[in-house]
Amino acid sequence: MSNIPDDLHFASTHEWVRVNEDGTATVGISNHAQDALGDIVFVELPEPGSRINARNEVAVVESVKAASDIYSPVSGEITTVNEVLMDAPETVNSSPYENGWFYKMTLSDDAELDDLMGADAYSDHCEDE
Amino acid sequence: MGQHTSLYQNHLDAGAKMVDFAGWDMPINYGSQIEEHTQVRTAAGVFDVSHMTVVDVSGEDAKKFLRYLLANDVARLHECGCALYSAMLNHEGGVIDDLIVYRVSFGYRVVVNCATRQKDLTWLSDISQGFSVVIDEKPELAILAVHGPLAIEKLCEILPEHAERIQQLGNFRGFEAGAWFIARTGYTGEKGVELIFPENEAPELWNKLLAAGTKPVGLGARDTLRLEAGMNLYGHDMDETISPLAANMGQTIAWDPPDRDFVGKSALEAAQRLQASGGLPQLVGLVLEQRGVLREGQSVQTDKGEGIITSGSFSPTLKHSIALARIPLDSESCRVDIRGTLTEVRIVKPNFVRFGKKVYE
Repeated sequence: MSNIPDDLHFASTHEWVRVNEDGTATVGISNHAQDALGDIVFVELPEPGSRINARNEVAVVESVKAASDIYSPVSGEITTVNEVLMDAPETVNSSPYENGWFYKMTLSDDAELDDLMGADAYSDHCEDE
Repeated sequence: MGQHTSLYQNHLDAGAKMVDFAGWDMPINYGSQIEEHTQVRTAAGVFDVSHMTVVDVSGEDAKKFLRYLLANDVARLHECGCALYSAMLNHEGGVIDDLIVYRVSFGYRVVVNCATRQKDLTWLSDISQGFSVVIDEKPELAILAVHGPLAIEKLCEILPEHAERIQQLGNFRGFEAGAWFIARTGYTGEKGVELIFPENEAPELWNKLLAAGTKPVGLGARDTLRLEAGMNLYGHDMDETISPLAANMGQTIAWDPPDRDFVGKSALEAAQRLQASGGLPQLVGLVLEQRGVLREGQSVQTDKGEGIITSGSFSPTLKHSIALARIPLDSESCRVDIRGTLTEVRIVKPNFVRFGKKVYE
């Protein structure tokens, strides 16, 4: 795996979290995940304002191949969802780490980030799969 | 490691993602299934389907044998090059496989599915007892399908020696040229041809097609293209437990002449009586115009009872989901269980896209 951004925290289920300067977090899925899913045709996003616990289902991705649940890597309250994905779900394929983010949230427990992987560990995790 | 077609390295060179398909390492896509699908609907794409099984049938009883073996009637193939789509039934009237049979100079050429190869060959051998026929599998032949509105034009540029004959071909017609066989058949709902020829010549033709702007298309797009065209996929939309009459294949049963006997005929007549009394399900098209994707195996509830989706996907041409489903006859309304939510869908004729355009109402 090449070019995995080193400022992200990864879950074993292939979601990533970026902690923003204001302390909020942005969540998306990895390049490995979008590549395995194939062309993404619909993304079902959570309601802003809803609270979510780590490792719980938070979104659904439908690709040409299959429907896949997306699990929130951390706990907190959803503040914003990426409306771009409603009309252009393929953005997840073309830009998984930037324009293809899923939602932004507050973090209720920063310590949960310690349970996630850095770029190198995640790269090894993908190779082991 | 699975079996490889003669184009294995070409697939890797084109960036293919390879998957196992019934023991063969085959390209599922070369990056984006949707782009490949659109390429076939709007321009020209090439598929390597050399994993499919070619069987030549010759000998003095070849015609008699195939008229008994198949539910469609090869007596309808009035001249060399003509093609026929048929079900091959078991004695219980279930579908062992679906296939294309071409009439050729030496007899008949049959192309069957890859995943069913072994049982098909066994069945051919069993049924041929008592007939004077030679059944000859041809693993040394490659099959390329070149499809799309520009496919024939591109192919004619590359094969000038065959251009005139290719241009003159009608649908479901083909011709032999030495060890090559070229026919206007396919599995996409677009114009195009299938070429059956020695596998050692395949890389050269492949490279020429790509150089001419024809894009490689994987098995993923092949599946969405055939689904949009309302064509069945064996093992999904029908199998040995399903009557062709419950799989939208009624038109491929040759009841005339009535004195022709064929394998599964009496079981099929019983299924026909069941159908007349409303007791046989039908294969229909389903359309979901809102968000969500219909998938194989999802259960269906209609005003007449329960059914099941046999093939479902997002339609890249229509930009929403479509499916084939087996449901009770004369159902008028239909809901599908999509991940726990019952969603209203529309029942349509199982034919969604032809020549790049929506065709159902």
